[in-house]
Amino acid sequence: MRMRIGLMSGLALATAAVMTVSGCSDSGSDSGTDSGGANQITVYNAQHESLTQEWADAFTAETGIEVELRNGSDTELGNQLVAEGDQSPADVFLTENSPAMTLVENAGLFADVNQDVLDQVPSQYRPSSGKWTGIAARSTVFAYNKDMLPQDQLPKSLLDLQDPAWKDRWAASPSGADFQAIVSALLELKGEDATRQWLAGMKDNVRTYKGNGAVMKAVNAGEIPGGVIYHYYWFGDQAKTGENSNNVALHYFKNEDPGAFVSVSGGGVLKSSTKQDAAQQFLKFVTGQKGQEVLQTGTSFEYTVGSGVPANPKLVPLAELQAPQVDPAKLNSPQVTELMTEAGLL
Amino acid sequence: MPLPLAVAAVIVVAASFIPLGYVIAASVDTGWDTASALLFRPRVRELLTNTVMLVVVTVPICVVVGVTAAWLVERTRVFGAKVWAVLLAAPLAVPAFVNSYSWVTAIPSLGGLHGGVLIATLSYFPLVYIPAAATLRRLDPAVEESARALGVGPWAVFFRVVVPQLRLAIAGGALLVSLHLLAEYGAFVFIRFDTFTTAIFEQYQSTFNGAAATMLAGVLVLLCLTLLVTESVVRGSARYARIGSGAARRAVPAELGWRYSPIVLLFLGVLIAASVGVPVISVLRWLVIGGSTVWELDTVAAALVQTLGFGIAGAVVTCVLAFPIAWISIRHRGRFSRFLEGGTYISSSLPGIVVALALVTVSIRYLHPLYQTVTVVIAAYALLFLPRALINLRAGLAQAPVGLEEAAQSLGVSPLSAFFRVTLPLAAPATAAGGALVFLGIVNELTATLLLAPTGTRTLSMQFWSLSSEIDYAGAAPYAFIMIVLSLPMTYVLFSQSKKVAGL
Repeated sequence: MRMRIGLMSGLALATAAVMTVSGCSDSGSDSGTDSGGANQITVYNAQHESLTQEWADAFTAETGIEVELRNGSDTELGNQLVAEGDQSPADVFLTENSPAMTLVENAGLFADVNQDVLDQVPSQYRPSSGKWTGIAARSTVFAYNKDMLPQDQLPKSLLDLQDPAWKDRWAASPSGADFQAIVSALLELKGEDATRQWLAGMKDNVRTYKGNGAVMKAVNAGEIPGGVIYHYYWFGDQAKTGENSNNVALHYFKNEDPGAFVSVSGGGVLKSSTKQDAAQQFLKFVTGQKGQEVLQTGTSFEYTVGSGVPANPKLVPLAELQAPQVDPAKLNSPQVTELMTEAGLL
Repeated sequence: MPLPLAVAAVIVVAASFIPLGYVIAASVDTGWDTASALLFRPRVRELLTNTVMLVVVTVPICVVVGVTAAWLVERTRVFGAKVWAVLLAAPLAVPAFVNSYSWVTAIPSLGGLHGGVLIATLSYFPLVYIPAAATLRRLDPAVEESARALGVGPWAVFFRVVVPQLRLAIAGGALLVSLHLLAEYGAFVFIRFDTFTTAIFEQYQSTFNGAAATMLAGVLVLLCLTLLVTESVVRGSARYARIGSGAARRAVPAELGWRYSPIVLLFLGVLIAASVGVPVISVLRWLVIGGSTVWELDTVAAALVQTLGFGIAGAVVTCVLAFPIAWISIRHRGRFSRFLEGGTYISSSLPGIVVALALVTVSIRYLHPLYQTVTVVIAAYALLFLPRALINLRAGLAQAPVGLEEAAQSLGVSPLSAFFRVTLPLAAPATAAGGALVFLGIVNELTATLLLAPTGTRTLSMQFWSLSSEIDYAGAAPYAFIMIVLSLPMTYVLFSQSKKVAGL
């Protein structure tokens, strides 16, 4: 009898444990499009978690609608949405870059973004299709160690980095969506052959790290002279302790070089979502005054793109970056991962 | 053999073939042209070189370190042998990715093969040490004494008499170390060492579940199967058991003398300092630097509760699923039971990332209601950790003689009731140990949890990984600290249970 009690209490414990697990994430225990309560949306979030969390908290405070985040990388979540199809539990998709948005758009999974949302974002920061919108922007930079690289030795163009002279002298995070977006811009601007050739040169030269933060940390520590990252890692670290960036300076390629590419972060509403209204409200909030002020005054240091809110004054203004003209809707992520796999970078 | 048990066992084993089936089916789907283009490319050669070199270099080092340490604490009068004996198992309480994070803090430039070998050795040598120590403890010293009496020198006795008797322990430990090497993700990412597992994860992040990731997974599966076959060949069919009743005497420990004592103490001291000291000091240092602000209590508590929930649920489910197989393998030895056991070993030797990829695909396509639910996560844990429960359950059941159950039945108790009232209580301690081991595995699991967990899940290892990936080492420290504290008692259970299980 004693044992039976032991067994029963064991089972009870296990049941309680399962309940706890599923209770803490109640969308998990539901299935398909029926996820979460009526007053909750699920966001597939490939943007930086801390930034989206700020948006989500402010949005919940204003509307009372809870936001559940599923975090991942751009292409991972984009492809996941495609695999899930019309059974996806997601209501909103946010990315760091635009190629994954195009991927989901091409699969026909996005609902139209409401006109009042689109009106908040100037047309150069969103696709003409209106299937999604830009929510923030980021600039490619060459972050370099000030003691290891004098100004006159900096690369003039991103394309220079395929040169054998740069062997083992620059770093990147090729598995990240950020870097893949830069490659997709290169592909759009210079074509497939030039991109393939550049990636082959990159494979010979580059040292890979996981994440742009890790790249900057290595440059700062003098492990490697420079690296291709986005601008805001440096500003973010400077605003904190600077311990990963005090020896680092940023070089903007400008001159409409592929290395001056400005990447648009995207947001869209899934057609399969049963909470269209709440989802559209969320996008409206993010691109609206308050959402953009999170970018302007918060700790993300990404560029604002909507509602006329200017960027954080510490940043080099977008208009001065001489970025190349690229239609975000033309950026192609499957071809980029294919080319990078072929080059042996993935 | 009771039919329901046999059916249950077959279902569990069949389910455990899902990952293997997935890899094969996906490879067939991909078609030969695409598959060969993805397989025969320089990147795969590069990963193969890295992965194979890692195994080839690390496993012998782990064997030498593990066996030496076991021999020192079990067979010599080294100062503090009892304390060393426990400390040498302690590295298992430190997840390999926490170990790596600590070493990268201490030596930021650590990387490549030598970095991988260092971290892997420090994290995994106890997997050889524990079975070797348990075996040494119960070896009959009479065999060694006979050899010595026949004029064989001490070194020759060690290599010709002791080591051959350790063969099972060494082969089993080496297999475990190699499988861990193939499956490890976080530890190698920190030090920028690419293996198949890190590359599959990167492919997954770039394409979710593309052909390239599956092809890499296919190669990884082949590597695992190669290891399984190698181990069973090395193990051979020789028997090492004592025949007849009676217990072996404890061997008389060797005196080290003033000349060797300092060297031995230095060896053990450095080993513990490197494998336990560095991570503990590093985590504590980050905790001090982070101060009280890194303890965001809500988040930390939520992660702790979820981890405990996953761990307990996973451990209970895994033990329950392992039960029919353990029962059949003890009470109905034969070809069928060998098939069942072999099946569970093959699937659980597959790395978490492969199991997770398979379950993502299967649940999204065929079992959509289960997609992104706790059920799938627990299923993955059960597939990955079934043998941990199985080994202990078998030991427990073997120690519960069938005669007692029969006696109960002859006194008029139904078979089912006899089982519950007689056998189960006797097997309970071993079951608890098996459950503890599964729990330990779940607390430190990273890749499958990352891929499968329901939206909103934040386990300790997920939180640690997310923060440390953003170079927020101080913010990650509380999670590392709690993971180590949670794992310590489980590691101790594993250590003390190993002595009982070694007899089988």
